[in-house]
Amino acid sequence: MKVRLLDIAHARSGDKGDTANVGVIALRPEWYPVLAHHLTLERVTAHFRGVITGSVERFELPNLSALNFLLHGALDGGGTLSLKTDAQGKVFSTALLRLTLDVPDAEARKLDLPPAPAG
Amino acid sequence: MTAKVVRVASGQGFWGDWLEAPRRQVEGGQVDYLMLDYLAEVTMSILQKQKERDPSMGYARDFVGAMDSVLPAVVERGVKVIANAGGVNPPACAAAVRALAAQRGAAGALRVGVVTGDDLLPRLDQLIDEGHPLLNMDTGAPLSTVRDRVLSANAYIGSTPIVEALARGANVVITGRSTDTALTMAPLRHEFEWGATDWDRLAAGIVAGHILECGAQCSGGNCLYEWRDIPDLANVGYPIVEALADGSFTVTKHAGTGGRISTHTVTEQLVYEMGDPHSYITPDVIADFTTIQLEAAGPDRVRVYGIRGREATDKLKVSIAYRAGFKAVGTLVYAWPDALEKAQLADRVLRERLDRLGLRFDGVLTEFVGASATHGPLAGAVGDLPEVQLRFGVRGPDRAAVERFTREIAPLVLNGPPSVTGFAGGRPKVEEIVAYWPALVDKRVVTTQVEVLA
Repeated sequence: MKVRLLDIAHARSGDKGDTANVGVIALRPEWYPVLAHHLTLERVTAHFRGVITGSVERFELPNLSALNFLLHGALDGGGTLSLKTDAQGKVFSTALLRLTLDVPDAEARKLDLPPAPAG
Repeated sequence: MTAKVVRVASGQGFWGDWLEAPRRQVEGGQVDYLMLDYLAEVTMSILQKQKERDPSMGYARDFVGAMDSVLPAVVERGVKVIANAGGVNPPACAAAVRALAAQRGAAGALRVGVVTGDDLLPRLDQLIDEGHPLLNMDTGAPLSTVRDRVLSANAYIGSTPIVEALARGANVVITGRSTDTALTMAPLRHEFEWGATDWDRLAAGIVAGHILECGAQCSGGNCLYEWRDIPDLANVGYPIVEALADGSFTVTKHAGTGGRISTHTVTEQLVYEMGDPHSYITPDVIADFTTIQLEAAGPDRVRVYGIRGREATDKLKVSIAYRAGFKAVGTLVYAWPDALEKAQLADRVLRERLDRLGLRFDGVLTEFVGASATHGPLAGAVGDLPEVQLRFGVRGPDRAAVERFTREIAPLVLNGPPSVTGFAGGRPKVEEIVAYWPALVDKRVVTTQVEVLA
């Protein structure tokens, strides 16, 4: 089943130099394993291909039902060097939430995950 | 006997934050300490430029107004204030605050603690000569490569000198480049007499500081979770930490204020600007954010506990600012129909003209605001938008080239694609870029001083 990250998580992002961080938080604690299993380093790296110039790092915070991603080379040099509207990476949070996950039907039903709208 | 509770209120998350917040925090209910964070990464260089023009400047002027608004609470109710408003000139900031108190007839009630020693600019050449290369933490380059363009250099200092100022009776403590988190941790260390190696409690103080340091960003501001339902943001309450001696604490806000404090709002702030959550490195301690436990504890109350820490490193981070060329950003707005296509044509025309002029830049960036500026290609296909803003920026070492670029925007109104407006702001302004150079230095070479003025 297709599940939009937007429907199962919230997020906040910030910056450190030319790196943006995105903390992704499960809307319900019981949905954290969905993030942990399906929101992999590979998925997020592929999602931001062509958007950032560097690599991605991934950290798990099961205590907060959250994952933290570091997106390197995301901010056109970062800080005052950056020419971007979002020089401080404030809205990379919702950029990540555009991602759609493929969750096995049984798992999705068991956890009552909202299916992505058709189309 | 009830356990001792220490209440630390956040009244300012950055220089430019809500002017009403400090007064609201001390008048809305009982608090023991008010912490005010004024310094962002490039703030120090702006203050350094001000100090060069006038040796009595170089601190966050807003703080004097904030002190004026909270002075009755400090004088009559014993609320203590801790702020990194001193910038590159804490003594001048202290003098301004004392002058204000004298004006208000409260000079006798203030004992102003001043923390200095973070400013490494006067010692920079000596440090480099003595074998401290101050390598850029991102690029690995030694500071010597930009030494002649350095504007300011300040070590991030921890809670110890603030604790000392409080122990010596200060009721207002003014620092330079203290870490944001130290402003919250210091009063807890002072009140509960936590030792300098009590890693778990120190880490708890850091987490409390991280939650408070961005003001309302943990109490409903900038909160994505159920954002439509966050009540009364116009009257948003800034956060307060109610701490216990064991290192656990409750995040809350004053009764009758707007906003929200929930595990969701606090978690969003916890992950803000996070690096490796296992190692949140500060001068005092390394906090492990994977040990933080949150628990809803009633309306607008979240209990935080279980935090673990470990020994700090023998380094301090240094915030260095240096001149890094010039930049300018120009904008024009294109209207329906085919707004995006018109803006894209204008972008091509502009680039061709800059090329023909032989102007060379280190960076050129085009954004189409309304279509793709914030999410880039992730935004996907857009329909026929009502309008699109063309936003075109350049940066480079040559001021004249950037100046020349700023003359190329307005002509497009008459000699470029149609349906264009939004040029009333005039020619783009050329800005000097003051860039950030993060480095590490051995802790032992930085000595802080504390003075308490009564």
